[in-house]
Amino acid sequence: MDKKFRIVVLAKQVPDTRNVGKDAMKEDGTVNRAALPAIFNPEDMNALEQALRIKDRIAGSEILLLTMGPTRAADIIREGMFRGADGGILLTDRKFAGSDTLATSYAISQAVRKLNPDIIIAGRQAIDGDTAQVGPQVAEKLNFPQITYAEEILEISEQKITVKRRLERGVEIVSSSLPVLVTVTATAPECRPRHAKQLMKYKHARTLSEEQTAGEGYMPIPEGYEYLRIPEWGFSEIGGEESGYGLAGSPTKVKKIENIILQAKESKKLSSSDEDIDTLIKELISSHTIG
Amino acid sequence: MANFYTDNTDLKFQFQHPLMKKIVELKEQNFKDSGKYDYAPCNVEDAIDSYDKVMEVMGEICGNTIANNAEQVDHEGPVCENGRVTYAAGTRQNQEVLTQAGLYGMSLPREYGGLNFSMVPYVMAAELVGRADAGFANIWGLQDCAETIHEFASEEIRKEFLPRINAGDTCSMDLTEPDAGSDLQAVMLKAEWNEEKGMWMLNGVKRFITNGDAQIKLVLARSEEGTHDGRGLSYFVHDQAWGGVTVRRIENKLGIKGSPTCELVFKNAPAKLIGERKMGLIKYVMSLMNGARLGVGAQSVGISEAAYREALKYAQERVQFGKAIIGFPAVYEMLGVMKAKLQASRAILYETTRFVDMYKAYGFIAETRKLTPEERQEAKKYQKLADMFTPVLKMMSSEYCNQNAYDAIQIHGGSGFMKEYPVERIYRDARITTIYEGTSQLQTVAAIRYVTTGAYLNQIREYQQKAVRPEFEQLKKILIEMTDRYEEACAMVSGKDNSIIDFHARRLVEMAAHIIMSYLLLIDAQNNADFIKSAQIFIGKSYAWNQERYTYIANFTDEDINAFV
Repeated sequence: MDKKFRIVVLAKQVPDTRNVGKDAMKEDGTVNRAALPAIFNPEDMNALEQALRIKDRIAGSEILLLTMGPTRAADIIREGMFRGADGGILLTDRKFAGSDTLATSYAISQAVRKLNPDIIIAGRQAIDGDTAQVGPQVAEKLNFPQITYAEEILEISEQKITVKRRLERGVEIVSSSLPVLVTVTATAPECRPRHAKQLMKYKHARTLSEEQTAGEGYMPIPEGYEYLRIPEWGFSEIGGEESGYGLAGSPTKVKKIENIILQAKESKKLSSSDEDIDTLIKELISSHTIG
Repeated sequence: MANFYTDNTDLKFQFQHPLMKKIVELKEQNFKDSGKYDYAPCNVEDAIDSYDKVMEVMGEICGNTIANNAEQVDHEGPVCENGRVTYAAGTRQNQEVLTQAGLYGMSLPREYGGLNFSMVPYVMAAELVGRADAGFANIWGLQDCAETIHEFASEEIRKEFLPRINAGDTCSMDLTEPDAGSDLQAVMLKAEWNEEKGMWMLNGVKRFITNGDAQIKLVLARSEEGTHDGRGLSYFVHDQAWGGVTVRRIENKLGIKGSPTCELVFKNAPAKLIGERKMGLIKYVMSLMNGARLGVGAQSVGISEAAYREALKYAQERVQFGKAIIGFPAVYEMLGVMKAKLQASRAILYETTRFVDMYKAYGFIAETRKLTPEERQEAKKYQKLADMFTPVLKMMSSEYCNQNAYDAIQIHGGSGFMKEYPVERIYRDARITTIYEGTSQLQTVAAIRYVTTGAYLNQIREYQQKAVRPEFEQLKKILIEMTDRYEEACAMVSGKDNSIIDFHARRLVEMAAHIIMSYLLLIDAQNNADFIKSAQIFIGKSYAWNQERYTYIANFTDEDINAFV
């Protein structure tokens, strides 16, 4: 196939909420980010793997990571490059601070316009917010068709993409024209490991801000190694309506946060006799828990 | 998310060894690849940083994928059908993930798709795999075959085979036959030159071949008709794609069950000659064996680490008589000795590896330019050190991993005897390490000459020259006394009949080994507090162990041997 694809993978740096300790939440019920390590959002990792598989099949295709966050979110771009992506852009600007999903998707869609991809692949949702909104909102803003809950990209050609979707009660095979946005679920194949050569090649990749804050370790990127520069885009790079970004562009307001402590309400004691097991199974079937 | 590299600071410590700088400089030859390959380092720090980062990837894959698959692989094992071997599902996954991570061909030059790593991180990777799954360590470790091709084969063969290693092709070294085990001079598999095909044709049977259904095979065969000893043997490379080799059966083994041990039938299997004719056994296999012994050393240290950790965890969790059993002297003594043996084997593993690194790096430099007299001398020195340390490493680390596996089960009590805990697998996997790639008894044969020539003694006296901090003077005094005793023991057998020297060989080699490992721990303890306890324990125990051997030799009269024969 001649067509080489340009793929943008949307990825987010999130606090690791999977193994939370006692200090995961602050008194006021908000996330204690300091106590949780910052990681590559797991489903975005599944998304990256799908992008890498396209690149495996169609040599010469290009994968760019796009992430929005503070300076340290450059880790996400590097992590992607270690696993086979060709580069990435960090969307960062004080003006973007406090964005909800709407403002985030606005910033991302503005950046994507500059990148002009054939395919955007994102994780279904991030483990910090669990909204699953940003992907679809980006597609809407760009007027791209979207395929959510993707488990596998089955085929891809210049004209169309065919995707297997994982739904609650089965799978669905759908096709779409390009350009397209695809969101990937956790049931998709895990991402491949870091590649030793990519790791050594890109370990010095950095943003200008990182270089400037490194202080003594400041060393400009030498000539011929320009690929080590991770670009940072802010408002002035992506343009658009300033009022659409950050807090101003975020209609979501958190009204109240409540700590919920789960308590066992009732329990039932069963013996291991056949009758008891039989009764339990019937009960579970009638309540549609199983069956 | 376990990471077997980052959870063990003893490993990273190896990269700080003073000799590492020199090793990297030799290996990178003025960093000539920098600028040519985008992943090549530009200076020593950069190279070491790359070793560290790549080991982190290795540690993660070992701690997650490979360790998680180990039990299932042990249970399922490979199967042989229609002359071909299929790995267990977990083995295939391990293989795939390591290939995706670009971790095969670590020590090969970049021009052949390798990472051009020094032996230290390569051996470390083998240790990590050994800890995760000792059976898989064999499949992983057979990329050593690439080393042999790189060292001895023509450029044409190098170009044909080496880049395939990084792409994940598997290897095997086909040496042993039904009547040629420890005695490889008896190899019968026939190699005949076929003028028409322009290839050698192999015919015969090989037995106990680890990973025998590999894509790339190195085969020891008799190329000189009418010969009966090692001088008639040559070394060949066979590509599975050329056909002619089938697997007759795979062995049902005690341990390392994930690694297929094959009986192979060669019927007109085409092959290419490696290096020169008649040098197969006497040069190439000997070199390969040294590499393989280093590999078993790494595997053994990995197994020791796994055994120690399982034992420690259990001893901390298991409560009897109202407290965790680690609180009882009988248990904590065992754990202390286990850790001391583990760290002692690791110390000699990396010391040997550095020696190998040094002389090999000079060997490759010698291909591109003439070495200076000083360089030649240094290369020779390290080659000799590598040769004399390798059998000691192989013997001691494999014996210690068995002892540690034994003690690990003992600490588990009845539970350790059950299949629910990983220690029973570790125990079974450990057992082969003192046998293959030369039994402990054969390692003694290889090592005894360095006892009689005084080479070990000289090296021990070198270590003695190194200054220690005042608080370690007492330990050093003990070591000096041990060394004097060792010298006396050597003198007692010196000049005696060979049968007497051979009879005491193991005792003498072990005495030297204990002193060497004690010194290595003592030296490490100067820079890293994590070694202090092990140095104390190991030196204390070694003193007593050596005393026992000394007493036996001193009381032994030549006639006593008659009771044994």
